[in-house]
Amino acid sequence: MAEIDENLAQREAIEVDRSKGDFKYEESYAFDAGVGLSASVVDYISKVKDEEPWIREFRQKSLKIFEGLPMPTHWATTDLDNIKFDKIRYYLAKGQKAVRTWEEVPDDVKKTFERLGIPESERKFLAGVEAQFDSEAVYSRMKEELEKLGVIFCGPTDGLRDHPEIFRKWFGKVIPAGDNKFAALNSAVFSGGSFIYIPKGVKVAQPLQAYFRINAENFGQFERTLIIADEGSEVTYMEGCTAPKFETATLHSAVVELVALKGAKIQYVTVQNWSANVFNLVTKRGVAEEGAEVRWIDCNIGSRLTMKYPGVVLRGKGARGEVLSIALANDGQHQDTGAKMIHAADDTTSNIIAKSISVGSGRSTYRGLVHIPKTLKNCRNNTECDALLINEHSRTDTYPAISVRGQKNSVQHEASVSKVSAEQIFYMMQRGLSEGEAMSLAVNGFVNDLVKEFPMEYSVELKRLIELQMEGSVG
Amino acid sequence: MPDSLVIKNLNASIGERPILKDFSLTVPKGEVHAIMGPNGTGKSTLSKVLAGHPDYSVQSGSALLDGEEILGLEPDVVARAGLFLAFQYPSEIPGVTIANFIRAAIVARQAKGAPFDAKAYYAELYAKMDALKMDRKFTARFVNEGFSGGEKKRCEILQLMMLKPKYAVLDETDSGLDIDALRIVSEGVNRMRGPDTGFLVITHYQRLLEYIVPDRVHIMWDGRIVHSGGKELAIELEAKGYDWVKTELATA
Ligand SMILES: Nc1ncnc2c1ncn2[C@@H]1O[C@H](COP(=O)(O)OP(=O)(O)OP(=O)(O)O)[C@@H](O)[C@H]1O
Ligand SMILES: [Mg+2]
Repeated sequence: MAEIDENLAQREAIEVDRSKGDFKYEESYAFDAGVGLSASVVDYISKVKDEEPWIREFRQKSLKIFEGLPMPTHWATTDLDNIKFDKIRYYLAKGQKAVRTWEEVPDDVKKTFERLGIPESERKFLAGVEAQFDSEAVYSRMKEELEKLGVIFCGPTDGLRDHPEIFRKWFGKVIPAGDNKFAALNSAVFSGGSFIYIPKGVKVAQPLQAYFRINAENFGQFERTLIIADEGSEVTYMEGCTAPKFETATLHSAVVELVALKGAKIQYVTVQNWSANVFNLVTKRGVAEEGAEVRWIDCNIGSRLTMKYPGVVLRGKGARGEVLSIALANDGQHQDTGAKMIHAADDTTSNIIAKSISVGSGRSTYRGLVHIPKTLKNCRNNTECDALLINEHSRTDTYPAISVRGQKNSVQHEASVSKVSAEQIFYMMQRGLSEGEAMSLAVNGFVNDLVKEFPMEYSVELKRLIELQMEGSVG
Repeated sequence: MPDSLVIKNLNASIGERPILKDFSLTVPKGEVHAIMGPNGTGKSTLSKVLAGHPDYSVQSGSALLDGEEILGLEPDVVARAGLFLAFQYPSEIPGVTIANFIRAAIVARQAKGAPFDAKAYYAELYAKMDALKMDRKFTARFVNEGFSGGEKKRCEILQLMMLKPKYAVLDETDSGLDIDALRIVSEGVNRMRGPDTGFLVITHYQRLLEYIVPDRVHIMWDGRIVHSGGKELAIELEAKGYDWVKTELATA
């Protein structure tokens, strides 16, 4: 029944699109959960998606947890209090199903994504793409050879409905709803995101990619991603995001769970480029089993406030975890980012390299957590935090909580703060670079050694984004 | 004079303290002018004021580059208008390689979106490094980071040769250079001499001027030029020291 409704809604959406030249996105949502959060909003979302009762219960339980948890303002910024949960719209969709050919994507949406270079990058170097517009994916496609190998790349609704034997076991287990207030919120209203399964021994050479686009004002995007890499498999997943500049605050609160089974490798790359009024509150965690590797490459360039601390639970012997992160806090932005490494088996190693740049009144904070209990042996952690300040008003803080017990484990921690001096800027400008170009060159120089570790295409994109930001920071 | 760098009655200060006092000097294209003068007379200040350094304020006067006023312009605008400053103390730019730095400087001079010919660029860069006897490995090193004093100066001249300005101010490029390097760097500058380029060479030592033979030599004292002459003035100065200038000023 819902299937038919969706098809109808999709046809309607496309018809609206064709009949009107100055088509406005706001008018075309076939499904709108309205403003504010309540048990009935949660039920509405579940119903639109035609979910099984267990998912509906999971959502309702999560809502209760969300309502019961206080804002974490006792340690985090009080800017969180400015999120007005009762003013947000929690589900907006055109009622479309994700189409598999680019031509089928509605024109307005297509234009948005084409400006972001999606079909182009897909042709060039991606194994699969998913493009999400507000609450739902509008386009989803993966190379056929991967499909034949049994790789699954879909959204949570399809994943939980069509492959429960794979996804249900891990869904909400790496990050339980009660993990924190925003994980609970996501668990209640999640929609969109990627569910990926890589079968045993399959090594996906090219990255899979998802693009997230917020297009409606006062909207909350709550995608949910779960990646399971079966034994000995390998995958790289990249996500990018954008939003137009709205007058009012917008919320993005995702949950990303990664499971790397024995000997598997997952590399998860994020380019976060939300506009400066988006609250970006994301929980990301991976589990690495024996000999497995989870690597987070996390770059936060945009948003008003980002709070994100990707973590790895090193559950199997010899597992490896890594977080390489770059945060750029421009005027009025606060990047509160970091990493968590929970060592839970012998011979596990973790590496954290965090670089932050603060410009103008921008503020960046590093929060780390490294835990190695004394019952373990041969565990190693390396943590490196470097901050770059561009002008005297900017601010950086480092809270590296490292608890390493036991004689047989080792930890290494280094931190540095450096400044781009007026003399350096003058020197570069004397060579003909504008102030913005000089700053972006200095910033790119600062992150350079880390960016070399990133996939090629991604480092190019990052460099461009840094340039845009620095150009924009010059009055 | 359209084909000159003309500085007229320039008064500039740092904070409340006047440094350049009614400074006037003309450097026509195709000529090399040298400025000599005791420590603290304002030679580096002159170079930075011309380049638009924000720490200095100009009270009066003008500096015309081929007829266009450059005082009051942003440093990058002055640079792109054709003024190059080889710094007495070049800054370090961590993480930015020499190759990328010079490339960015060249791209900044091109029209927006114009294609960059990387192959031609590297060919030229390598040829000029060879001329300056710089190891090609330097292209991958970060700008001035961990360079010896002499390496920094060579790197300045490399940039000068790559950017081909209309006017170049060389602030004590000879200090920190060993004898061989002095010769090599001078050859680099000499090769750039020609009708399209004017040089202002600031130095304390006559020896540099044996290699880069100047058309005019100026003595700077307390913020202005007090004496000008041909290349023999440098030799005279080396023999007599600045006391001679002082007495001459006192009697004048
Ligand atoms: N940023 C500054 N702050 C304070 N004083 C300055 C500054 N820059 C220059 N001065 C002063 O201005 C005067 C001229 O300095 P400048 O560097 O121009 O001299 P110079 O002729 O280049 O000397 P040298 O031969 O030692 O290089 C000096 O007394 C110096 O201390
Ligand atoms: Mg000086």
